[in-house]
Amino acid sequence: MMVEALLLTVITAATPLLLAAIGELVAERSGVLNLGVEGMMVVGAVAAFAASQSTGSTYVGILAAVLAGSAMALLFAILAVWMATNQVATGLALTLFGLGVSGLVGESFVGLPGLRLAPIEIPLLSDIPFIGEALFGQDILFYASIALTIGVSWFLFRTRAGLRLRAVGDAPVAAHAIGINVLLTRTLAVVFGGACAGLAGAQLTLVYTPQWIENISAERGWIALALVVFASWRPARLVVGAYLFGAVTNLQFQAQGLGIPVASQFLSALPYVATIVVLVVIASNRRFTMINTPAALGQPFVPDR
Amino acid sequence: MRIELRRRTGGASLLREVASPVIAVAFTALVGAGLFALLGKPPLSALHAYFIEPLSDIWSLHELAVKAAPLILIAVGLSACYRANVWNIGAEGQLVAGAIAGSAIPVLFPAATGPWLMPAMIVMAMAGGAAWASIPAVLKNRFGASEILVSLMLVYVAELLLDYLVRGPWRNPEGYNFPETRQFPPSARIGELFSAGDWGGRANWGIVIAIAIAVLTWLLLSRTLKGFEISVSGASPRAARFAGFDARATALFVFLFSGALAGLAGMIEVSGAIGQLRPSISPGYGFAAIIVAFLGRLNPLAVILAGLLLALTYLGGEAAQMSLGLSDRTTRVFQGVLLFSVLASETLVRYQIRIVRNRPADAALPEAAR
Repeated sequence: MMVEALLLTVITAATPLLLAAIGELVAERSGVLNLGVEGMMVVGAVAAFAASQSTGSTYVGILAAVLAGSAMALLFAILAVWMATNQVATGLALTLFGLGVSGLVGESFVGLPGLRLAPIEIPLLSDIPFIGEALFGQDILFYASIALTIGVSWFLFRTRAGLRLRAVGDAPVAAHAIGINVLLTRTLAVVFGGACAGLAGAQLTLVYTPQWIENISAERGWIALALVVFASWRPARLVVGAYLFGAVTNLQFQAQGLGIPVASQFLSALPYVATIVVLVVIASNRRFTMINTPAALGQPFVPDR
Repeated sequence: MRIELRRRTGGASLLREVASPVIAVAFTALVGAGLFALLGKPPLSALHAYFIEPLSDIWSLHELAVKAAPLILIAVGLSACYRANVWNIGAEGQLVAGAIAGSAIPVLFPAATGPWLMPAMIVMAMAGGAAWASIPAVLKNRFGASEILVSLMLVYVAELLLDYLVRGPWRNPEGYNFPETRQFPPSARIGELFSAGDWGGRANWGIVIAIAIAVLTWLLLSRTLKGFEISVSGASPRAARFAGFDARATALFVFLFSGALAGLAGMIEVSGAIGQLRPSISPGYGFAAIIVAFLGRLNPLAVILAGLLLALTYLGGEAAQMSLGLSDRTTRVFQGVLLFSVLASETLVRYQIRIVRNRPADAALPEAAR
């Protein structure tokens, strides 16, 4: 029982990180660094809350979150991909904008009870002792996070389109020369990233804490960005990273529950410090990163006709 | 049909240099009018309440100076960073670290007083901000860790540290358990510019310090070898290597420089406007300063004007809240839109945007064959 409860809380904390990170991984593989994950996620979260409130359906909420996240990503793509603006600054602008918009839209929802996404029991499998309920009695967003990870892995490394996308991220000039539409590829990758960030936001307001709190994303978008580096742009490693961070967030609450005599602020700082440590450890391992980092990451591409 | 960017030849003219921020501000006002209309407010009078009214009385002009000082100081430091292509986005954390370090003497030794106190606080604040900024710089140089994420993560660590101090060891023993430190003694407060008379108000020497530092930094960036080194290492890392400039030393320098200025901004805020440490001491100045730096096109002199404009978005947000019942969240939306517009108009300056009909057959042909 104890194991099961622990596993459940870790999964709930890890799912939004995994969803947001898998989307950002695809965008970065195409050579686009989108620092607006936090902004897309929080707008997705408020969209999910608003739509599920007004229709009474959590699934409409999920759909609204995907659309909102995609729309935010499209705004980013118009600037950073088509107009070749600086990606770092544009991503920051997207986050500032998203936090502002979500605060504005969500003002009237503060304090309202939200709808909770119903779990889907998978017959037989969910009866497995200890882990069954945690793994196979989950909501659709958890299943989606696993399915997307497997799907993205297959797409990037087993399909022609995935190969093209990676070519665009590694050598846009060469890709353009052989007739691949670099800007369109990058736009689609960025919008996919936005859709995933929207799903992550939906998980926050429909599963994690079914209510609207301002800044509900609580820097998870930034942690997702760090996870992509941690995974050195490989989808399978994202799962490890996301669950590791899910466990770290959980550690805070466990430590408080057990009455460990540490000021709460130091426990709250754990995820941020852990992120820095992870970034340093991964970056210092050259073999790990150099091979996988998309060579053109963060560089705008302007086709010469 | 597709959009095509063509690099403008002959460099950017002065007219276009000035045009780009002006276009950005005008576009933001337009989006603002649309946003107000969406929120069911009369757009023109809302814009007036936002951007004009705060400039119409002495009290607000003082507030403008109080808010512009930290924005200008931080943005000047960030301009040096971004010129060198070094992405410090954690200025908010460096501001907090500087405020903590600069407050140590008046909080721990409230009896301390004398002409040495203010200079000591300034030095400690700048050292605190620089020390906080040195972490991402060193981790970038030594291990290659992304300075973007590390500097940002340290913002939240600094904020939590401040929260811990004002609720714990630094809490005012005579403060009825409120989460705040002692009030600073008068000698630890930055003086007001005009405390009495027709011009009297809250504005302190911070704005004067900020403008002086902006001018000095402009000299540093445009008239010294160090400034040249910073620009070259940003514009062309290879050229910088050939010239014998050390990229790591440059990255460390701009990080320490911007951290020190952010720390100073934090100290000016607590020692001037607030007078004590509280759990939250900045309404996001460190992030808004990023917008200021870009709006000022990374030129410290233009940053002065850009800082005043961003200060106005904060003031306007407060004013529109009182007069029209608009949410103060609109300030953040405005700031995001403003940064979008600044970046987009930058593209308009550097490129000609042409809409062309698709001729797929031509796409793969070399220039000569067309």
